[in-house]
Amino acid sequence: MIKLFRFIKPYRWLVIAVLLLIFLQTLSDLFLPTLMADIVDVGIVNGDTPYILKIGSFMLLVAAGGVLCSVTASFLSSRVSAGFGQRLRSMVFSHVTNFSLQEFDKIGTASLITRTTNDITQVQQVLNMMLRMMVMAPLMCIGGIIMAVSKDAKLSLVLVVVIPVLIAVIAFFATKGMPLFKAIQVKLDKLNLVLRENLTGIRVIRSFNRIDREKQRFDEANLDLANTSVKVNRLMASLMPTMMLVLNLSTIAIIWFGGIRIDHGHMQVGALMAFIQYAMQIMFSLLMVTMIFVMIPRAAASAVRINEVLEMDPDIKDGEQLQETNSKRGYVEFRDVTFSYPGAEKPALSNISFQARPGEVTAIIGGTGSGKTTLISLIPRFYDVDSGCVLVDGVDVRKMSQASLRERIGFVPQKAVLFTGTIAENIRYGKEDATDAEIRHAAEIAQATEFISEMKDGFDSVIAQGGMNVSGGQKQRLSIARALVRRPEIYVFDDSFSALDFKTDAKLRAALKEETGDSTVMIVAQRVSTVMDADRIIVLDEGKIAGIGTHRELMDTCNVYREIVSSQLSEEEIA
Amino acid sequence: MNGERREMRFGRGMGHGRGPAIGMPVQKAKDFKGTLKRLMGYLKPRRVQLTVVFLAAVLSTVFSIASPKIMGKATTKLFEGVKLKWEGVPGAAIDFHYITQILLVLGGLYLASALFGYIQQFVMAGVAQKTVYDLRKQVNDKLSRLPLKFFDSRPNGEILSRAVNDLDNISSTLQQSLTQLITSVVTLAGVIVMMLTISPLMTLIVFLTLPLSLAITKAIASRSQSYFVGQQKALGELNGHVEEMYTGHKVVKAFGHETKSLERFNEINERLYQSGWKAQFISGIIMPLMSFISNIGYVLVSVVGGLLVTKRAIEIGDIQAFIQYARQFSQPITQLANIANVIQSTIASAERVFELLDEQEELPDASDPVELQSPQGSVRFQDVKFGYKEDALLIENMNIDVKPGQTVAIVGPTGAGKTTLINLLMRFYEINDGKITIDGVDITELKRGNLRSLFGMVLQDTWLFNGTIRDNIAYGREGATEEEIVQAAKAAHADHFIRTLPEGYDTVLNEEASNISQGQKQLLTIARAILADPAILILDEATSSVDTRTEVHIQKAMNELMKGRTSFVIAHRLSTIRDADLILVMKNGSIIEKGSHTELLAAGGFYADLYNSQFTGKNRKKEVV
Repeated sequence: MIKLFRFIKPYRWLVIAVLLLIFLQTLSDLFLPTLMADIVDVGIVNGDTPYILKIGSFMLLVAAGGVLCSVTASFLSSRVSAGFGQRLRSMVFSHVTNFSLQEFDKIGTASLITRTTNDITQVQQVLNMMLRMMVMAPLMCIGGIIMAVSKDAKLSLVLVVVIPVLIAVIAFFATKGMPLFKAIQVKLDKLNLVLRENLTGIRVIRSFNRIDREKQRFDEANLDLANTSVKVNRLMASLMPTMMLVLNLSTIAIIWFGGIRIDHGHMQVGALMAFIQYAMQIMFSLLMVTMIFVMIPRAAASAVRINEVLEMDPDIKDGEQLQETNSKRGYVEFRDVTFSYPGAEKPALSNISFQARPGEVTAIIGGTGSGKTTLISLIPRFYDVDSGCVLVDGVDVRKMSQASLRERIGFVPQKAVLFTGTIAENIRYGKEDATDAEIRHAAEIAQATEFISEMKDGFDSVIAQGGMNVSGGQKQRLSIARALVRRPEIYVFDDSFSALDFKTDAKLRAALKEETGDSTVMIVAQRVSTVMDADRIIVLDEGKIAGIGTHRELMDTCNVYREIVSSQLSEEEIA
Repeated sequence: MNGERREMRFGRGMGHGRGPAIGMPVQKAKDFKGTLKRLMGYLKPRRVQLTVVFLAAVLSTVFSIASPKIMGKATTKLFEGVKLKWEGVPGAAIDFHYITQILLVLGGLYLASALFGYIQQFVMAGVAQKTVYDLRKQVNDKLSRLPLKFFDSRPNGEILSRAVNDLDNISSTLQQSLTQLITSVVTLAGVIVMMLTISPLMTLIVFLTLPLSLAITKAIASRSQSYFVGQQKALGELNGHVEEMYTGHKVVKAFGHETKSLERFNEINERLYQSGWKAQFISGIIMPLMSFISNIGYVLVSVVGGLLVTKRAIEIGDIQAFIQYARQFSQPITQLANIANVIQSTIASAERVFELLDEQEELPDASDPVELQSPQGSVRFQDVKFGYKEDALLIENMNIDVKPGQTVAIVGPTGAGKTTLINLLMRFYEINDGKITIDGVDITELKRGNLRSLFGMVLQDTWLFNGTIRDNIAYGREGATEEEIVQAAKAAHADHFIRTLPEGYDTVLNEEASNISQGQKQLLTIARAILADPAILILDEATSSVDTRTEVHIQKAMNELMKGRTSFVIAHRLSTIRDADLILVMKNGSIIEKGSHTELLAAGGFYADLYNSQFTGKNRKKEVV
């Protein structure tokens, strides 16, 4: 939590001003009872009406000064906390933008989203509360004690007894309550989980006729949550009454001891009345402290998560000395590349070497987890190799700037991602200054024109967030068009035809062939039919190259390949 | 000085930022009265406890309201004693006997007030949580009776939010706001009465500050509203942008759009800052302004009170008491305004929950259900008409006759609505006309449970739950023995991989079941279906996310499963399709052709087209061997 406060630094003068203003405001609040005491002790005792009026108007001035201070403080503090939130948000976002896939894998996309959005909002809210109320609590407490002592030092001894008692009460509830609050969160998550499972698995549950079992599972979670909630609320039920009781009993003590002191002529009645009000203010400031206890843990958890993000250094940075490529276009070479994911026992890829040249199609085939996607992720430098090197146009990708490297690549990921915006905008994502004709052409080749023209607004149809309003196959075709419009040196297709039916798949590949003529094409695929025509097929098995060659060569030399081929043909076709 | 009940919101709502800031737009219920009444209905069975809560709240508040006045008496006595002494009246002394008595009474009052306050909260905790428990249970029971139509037509998130967030909202309101409402009203009434008994004139002064505070609240609330709306909008946009950029991270990077995404982020962030700080500022100054008004009241009371004391109209202790009352006076008013907002949003929540509870349920099972003792698995569609919407029929007059042990292949491009048939067979949806029979019995005459137990289903979307592998397989049949489970796993070619896992059959699948691969998940669902030993199978052959060698295992397991059973297969492989006894060709949700492979080829329709488009691929394959 505290670490995050470095983001307040630019606002430190404002924060100091806020503190000062709030202190002034508390002083004015505390000064009022003193003035009232004067009214009682001087004005009333002497029956001096003009004095009462004079002090009264003075009190009004003090009150007005107080409100002026606190409005200004509020003005400054809302700017501070909003500005803090803005800066922090922007820091986190730009930091995450520089993350490589490695960091994304580590934290998880969903979690990163929460950290950038909800967690920061949470911290910002707490900061706002702190600047407004929590700062006031200690100031009020200190000010109150000063005033009380100055009014009557001896009577302040009552406070010496009461304050520790209050603190003990707060500490007791904090230690008892916190674990329960945490438990509730866990149980709520559990309930959520059961319910979500029930919703996503509804067909299975009903078809296996297990509704009653699921009901019981839900009921258990529900009851567990309800019981804990009752427990925590019953515990908290005693907090307020206990606090109030302590406060009230101490008031009685103050009157009693104050009465004795008055009797001895050490004190005046007005002063006693003022004293009671000071005591109240001190104790209420302590009550506010309990609020802090409630709020801080949540914000602290958020802060820890945000810090984790900020402290994570992106693995992949542009090298200091960038190397220009020579005139070569579209050459991809792997030289003895070994790569492992962090924490993995075995490398995901080992000793991979091959070359791909312009005008050639290089296909990569292999089982799930054999490292196909990992291999092509190394070309746009989504990850850095452990040893060996990946060369594009003759230059190690680590010696190129990420921007100039990726400029050369048209990448089509396994999972087609589209962004909010029109279809044209989504395709134009590949090339910002693409003309309408270029976009139409790319869509044509990607076999997307037909469904686009069926949509109401054609190329101006809006894609909803996450591409909810287009089907999987349509998404894939748009994602291909996006790469095509770029006219890159290197095309990378990561199993990008999986959601297409056979017919579209065939048409698309025929059209692609013409389009990608002079470029280097890398295709990851599951179906043998997709890779059969490739100039070079790389067969991966458990991260190692099991064979490289054309289809015919591999049929003769590579066992793994033959196995894959035969598994895709029906038995009678083999026979 | 029990006084200022600055209520703190503990309990569940805490930290959720409950009690919307003033001026923040509140969600409103469509039918406030009706929903409120219905919500009250849930509290009825607990009316005894509620009465206790109510009485305790009233007593606790009354005691706390009475105390300042009594304390004032002590102060007055002190003052009188001092004054007499000061005036040099012989024998004058402070009447400590009297003061002791008052303080004792006061102590008693405080104790009683604290005790009743505790009772009120304690009892309410039980009432609130149990009511919500009941409601939640009802919601879940309801969900189990709703037809699939309901689930298919809305996102899971929305249903979840009703069952969890909305109920949570109701729970914290019941826990806190309800008692707060009682205490606020009682405090307000009590304070006014007490103030009037002390001095009508001073009460009038305090009342004068009331319109002032109302006017200020109103002015500020209306002003801050637009900023809050702006803030909410900017925040929504920002979150949307973040979500999109993070999920599409790979693409953003691959196409070098980092700077652009950052620019857009900063632009929205700036807007968020502008409306954000204004909203916070404007809603933030309500508190100081209110306390200023309360301070004006304080000053006026001190001055006027002082003057009245000099005129002997009231006593010194009365000023002290009055100051306390005046301070308590504004508290419940702002609290009530706040509670009004909370209650509105709670009723809106309750309405959403009730909407769910009022959804139309599945047609009840037949009153005199037929039980199929030894199912054979013959399935017949007779003149079936069906459409997801009344006015758009997808299937018209469909007739199919499947004999026991036959295989039906369902083919068509992605998104052609191949699940429609499953929906009808399992009676997840009701057909509009005609009938579907199994072994000659209309499926509507069977109990749903009985009907569904006839089917075994292996879908591409592998649903497994958070539990051990053993439990997940055992899901297929209640009371399956360990041996049967292992047998099923073996038949599904899953036993081997399960045994390679460190915990074997006790391996707990995590929330997303991401600790085993997609292919392995598929094998588990097959094992589950094998264990269920159904008469009719529904299989989805699509294994696009599985590598081809695992696919061989899956295919073997599926073939095993299909032996001797009537099967409906969403088919992708040519061999399955060609060997099927009946092929149903689907496009855009409806069945456009049906027949055997040769029949359909001869017809030269969509199927022939589809088949021929794959010819190229097939030719090559032939060449291969």
